[in-house]
Amino acid sequence: MDLILDILSWFFILLGSAFVLIGAIGVLRLPEVFTRSHAAGMVDTFGTGLILLGLMFQAGGFNLIVVKLIMIGFFLFFTSPVACHALVRAAIVDGAKPMLKEGVVLEGEYKDTPKDEGDKPS
Amino acid sequence: MASSISLWVFLFAFWFLLSGHTEPLLLGFGAFSCTIVVYIAHRMDVIDHEGHPSHLSFKIIPYWAWLCWEIVKANIDVAKVIISPKLPISPVMFKTKASQSRELGQVIYANSITLTPGTIAVDLENGVLEIHALTVEGAKGVLTGDMDRRVCKVKGEMEGHDE
Repeated sequence: MDLILDILSWFFILLGSAFVLIGAIGVLRLPEVFTRSHAAGMVDTFGTGLILLGLMFQAGGFNLIVVKLIMIGFFLFFTSPVACHALVRAAIVDGAKPMLKEGVVLEGEYKDTPKDEGDKPS
Repeated sequence: MASSISLWVFLFAFWFLLSGHTEPLLLGFGAFSCTIVVYIAHRMDVIDHEGHPSHLSFKIIPYWAWLCWEIVKANIDVAKVIISPKLPISPVMFKTKASQSRELGQVIYANSITLTPGTIAVDLENGVLEIHALTVEGAKGVLTGDMDRRVCKVKGEMEGHDE
């Protein structure tokens, strides 16, 4: 039984570490801040999530440690998108232009009527 | 008043889970701190439907389960893009309508989009979301409106009672 738990635990921790590593490679390989933040987003959702899951198997049964690990995951779940959004928003406000693929037409995209787009600080 | 009590119960449960102490003295200290926090929150007038969203109900749990699965799929897609030698990115930026009628629902939708790797909500104004996507496929996934509908469904029961 302990062996099975250890194997599961190692499996999830190693898989999580692999995703953290891929995220880090992504941050290096991708060209600019907007695409890089996608790679960073991968680290703090899936990478940490899998490592936390792996650690839960090490806790030895359902106890307070598991509850605390779930709480860490829960708070990351709420805070990481906010941090990610704030980072990208700051880049936009600072005037960074995202590198976009040319000539892509997306179906169902919302088109707003052209009106004054005054810069509102938010 | 009811929401103050429910906030207190919530805080105390949280305190208890973090501390793990069962001695009466320490439990008393915990209860005392919770009372002070609720009192301060009450004075600051932040115990409202946004500060303490007790109306969200358990309908959100199946939504989270579905969202977790979406995150897993999106992660694998982004990981494939990153490790493939040609780096096949096609970043796009587009706008889409968030059909939730209230801000909390729109924020849940925007946060869900940002949580899913490959798409980031950049801006939210008057119910229109501006989204940056790493690949055209990711952008198409958002534009199917599947997630939008599910967030509406979670929020469905609270749309009824407006202030």
